[in-house]
Amino acid sequence: MLTFTIRRLIFAVPTLLFTALIIFLLLELAPGDPMSNVPLTVPDDVKQQMRLALGLGEPMHIRFFKWIVQFFWIEPLNLFDQMFGTTFAEGKLRVISWQSRSPVIDIIAERIPQTLWVVGTAYVVAIAIAIPVGIYSAYRQYSFFDQAGTFITMVGYSVPPFFSGVLVIVVFAVNLGWFPSIYDTTHKVVDWDSFVVQLKQMIMPVMVLALQITSQISRFMRASMLDNLEQDYVRTARAKGMGERTVVMVHVLRNSMIPVVTVIALGIPAIFGGAIITEQVFKVNGIGQLLITAIQANDLPMVQTLTFIFAVLIVLFNLFADVLYGILDPRIRYD
Amino acid sequence: MPEGGRRVLEVLGLEIVFHTRDGEIHAVNDVSFSLAPGEVLGVVGESGSGKSVTMMSLIGLLPSPPARVCRGQVLLDGENLLMVSPARMRQVRGGEVGFVFQDPMTSLNPVFTVGYQLAEPLRRHMGMTKRAARARSIELLELVGIPDAAARLRDYPHQFSGGMRQRVMIAIALACEPKVLIADEPTTALDVTIQAQILELLQDLRAQLGMAIIWITHDLGVIAGIADRVMVMYGGQVVEQAPVREVFGNPQHPYTRALLKTVPSVTGARAARLEVIEGQPPILTSAPSACSFRDRCADRAAQCDRENPVLRAIGGGHDVACHQSYGGCPA
Ligand SMILES: Nc1ncnc2c1ncn2[C@@H]1O[C@H](COP(=O)(O)OP(=O)(O)OP(=O)(O)O)[C@@H](O)[C@H]1O
Ligand SMILES: [Mg+2]
Repeated sequence: MLTFTIRRLIFAVPTLLFTALIIFLLLELAPGDPMSNVPLTVPDDVKQQMRLALGLGEPMHIRFFKWIVQFFWIEPLNLFDQMFGTTFAEGKLRVISWQSRSPVIDIIAERIPQTLWVVGTAYVVAIAIAIPVGIYSAYRQYSFFDQAGTFITMVGYSVPPFFSGVLVIVVFAVNLGWFPSIYDTTHKVVDWDSFVVQLKQMIMPVMVLALQITSQISRFMRASMLDNLEQDYVRTARAKGMGERTVVMVHVLRNSMIPVVTVIALGIPAIFGGAIITEQVFKVNGIGQLLITAIQANDLPMVQTLTFIFAVLIVLFNLFADVLYGILDPRIRYD
Repeated sequence: MPEGGRRVLEVLGLEIVFHTRDGEIHAVNDVSFSLAPGEVLGVVGESGSGKSVTMMSLIGLLPSPPARVCRGQVLLDGENLLMVSPARMRQVRGGEVGFVFQDPMTSLNPVFTVGYQLAEPLRRHMGMTKRAARARSIELLELVGIPDAAARLRDYPHQFSGGMRQRVMIAIALACEPKVLIADEPTTALDVTIQAQILELLQDLRAQLGMAIIWITHDLGVIAGIADRVMVMYGGQVVEQAPVREVFGNPQHPYTRALLKTVPSVTGARAARLEVIEGQPPILTSAPSACSFRDRCADRAAQCDRENPVLRAIGGGHDVACHQSYGGCPA
């Protein structure tokens, strides 16, 4: 298993370099100019100088190489410096946002907490609901509970968040006035009361996101349970005199969780990716919003870095899911 | 077996219907049989004749829905298993009745070690500690002839061959020394040498533990080798039941006779071609109102179309359900 993990990590390097190149080229070749937002009154030669100042004068391959070095070497060094108070990266040029002129990574680090709070909570809530629902729906297939669950998950899966988001705002914020309609990112949790405020402002976006994620995972869980419930080993467990609880919650569940856990692990990068639409609807100042505004402003370093971080996360969690699979299923051997 | 002796298991008038989307299937119709302690009852009959369904229903293993036991009694030492509470049924399963299933490749849970799966019934029924269960598991694996038992407890089912897995299944079924062991074609999926080993093993175990065995098989050779009594099933009914010598020496039901003829002989003159029973098995969409074998029977008479023959004793522990054999004279 360890050698498998190491081998996969080594193989991940060329994959990631290639991905980086694709991202870089796509953004580079896409139409759009960082100067397009600069007022027309600014003369062309000034704009040209501004472009040079952003480093756009150099040829593409040099810029790609520089970006790679910055991303893989200088930024990690900086992180190290910040953690241990060292000064290895001092004076080195970091990946700078064209919009705000501050290092991209610092901005991302500022936004990550909002996204993790909202999207991460939604993910955890969704898993906590989806797994029991999936288990029970499968065990009582075609019961009222299962039928109702099927209907709700179908709705939850097909209604887009820009609709459900607005709907819950209208119902719970405007009509009932229970929760604020706008998420206040500057809010700090210091005591119980401020924690309650934080909870209140999180509830709606979490609800909207969790509905969708719950729908997916509970369907998946149900299908996996149904697959396993009709296996011969279930009959064997019953024939040994095991109680229904043991049969379902130990024998069947342990088998059913294998694909579900993998799917959950593969979904984790999406948490960091943020929820572009939901964040927009509730004005959550997270990663999703950061990406959208960066795209609108042609902030290439920001878009490149964000996209590439997602790519790294996806590769890492793919590996993680594979390793998990090997741990959960004794039939899988990785050597 | 002496008539009227103690019966460890007695099944009376069992009827099982499957309610499926395409209608009812009367899979088991008025099946009665009994089993004396230490007896080996061989059960034969072609595919779909209701052997597995009958035996699984005894300890409530049929999925319900679609299956429903409409009538009948299953008396285990006088206690009707069809009426007991779910908790009592769980004590019986594995504790008093062991079951070995048809397919050893899929009957074990792939994600738990063999040791875990073997210890489960021990801890549940005998209240053993982890350590005691482990010691007993090693004993059991040794009993069924798995070498290096202590080390193999940590292995998963996929690390065992088919024959070894079936041995594990047998060990699980035997774990709590049940009064009755039901083996549903335990050797069909295995090659001949392994079959022979398992047969011998169960013979030994019966002698050691004194349990009664119900052995379902298609293989009449196996029946001849180990059974005390034979029950022949056809279309969800018992059509003939007799001590093993009687069945082979004096078969009464035309289906039994046909079945015996299908066994290729190694010693006698070779038949022109392999004997088969012509015709199709009956479709069981309703309870039988005529002899279910009549379409394939050479001795079909008018009565066979009107009346479903009931099982009747013709002496010497020999029961047969055929209008033509009611005289009791060998055909
Ligand atoms: N889950 C089910 N739903 C509907 N019908 C069923 C179901 N299980 C069994 N049956 C019916 O019950 C009848 C008897 O099946 P059973 O498995 O007992 O046969 P068998 O004698 O064990 O055959 P084999 O030798 O192939 O194992 C079959 O005709 C089948 O159609
Ligand atoms: Mg069968």
